[in-house]
Amino acid sequence: MPTRKFSGKLENLEKICVFVTRQARAAGLDERQVYAVQLAVDEAATNIIEHGYRESTRGDLQISCEPQTDGLRVTLHDHAPPFEPDDIPDPVTDVPLDKLKSRGLGIFLMRKMMDEVHYHFDLNHGNTLTMLKKR
Amino acid sequence: MNIQTTEHKRCTVIKTSGRVDGSNAPDLGKELKTIIEKGVFNIVFDMSDVNFMASAGWWVLIDTQKNCKPRGELVLAAVDKGIKDSLNLVGMGTYFKIFDDLISAVGSF
Repeated sequence: MPTRKFSGKLENLEKICVFVTRQARAAGLDERQVYAVQLAVDEAATNIIEHGYRESTRGDLQISCEPQTDGLRVTLHDHAPPFEPDDIPDPVTDVPLDKLKSRGLGIFLMRKMMDEVHYHFDLNHGNTLTMLKKR
Repeated sequence: MNIQTTEHKRCTVIKTSGRVDGSNAPDLGKELKTIIEKGVFNIVFDMSDVNFMASAGWWVLIDTQKNCKPRGELVLAAVDKGIKDSLNLVGMGTYFKIFDDLISAVGSF
């Protein structure tokens, strides 16, 4: 299973995107599905780097891409403190512009762009986020 | 991040290329702020060469729109289909006028 480790820096987002794009195309996803994977992984990685790892606790981010008979499974591992995505409410976007709040869009996008999103934490392996995109 | 701005009679056009993500969205935000500080509130973001935009980029555009309105507005031109689809999917497409090409966007002011 193609796996790459990246240091948790925002400058690595483009490299992460190049890696998952190659795997998504190899798994036979069309361009619309490839964009969905690019965006979901970018949002997930950005959240890990910005909210999980803070300046004082930088760490790595490991990404695995596993082709499935019906699509691509992407798994992100990190050792940032645990978080519970279900605790973060969906953003409210049907409000006047001045009431729009910049919160929770990343997780909302991941759920909207992918067919499945699962999160798991354990003390040995840290955070594991698994996302499936079907063809 | 390479950002170009072009001043027109009724608006300013800002253009960049490639990706807008968490690493470079603040640069775009700074440039947009500079335009507004010059007293220009009609802005066109030419996205013809932008092929990826993460939510960090959208928030920069939302903040800019908040600062432009009601004196003017930020409009988007030549938005990539994938970007437009994801913007609409989360319901944020309604906050911007989107034009098929730069000429129509500039002409709208």
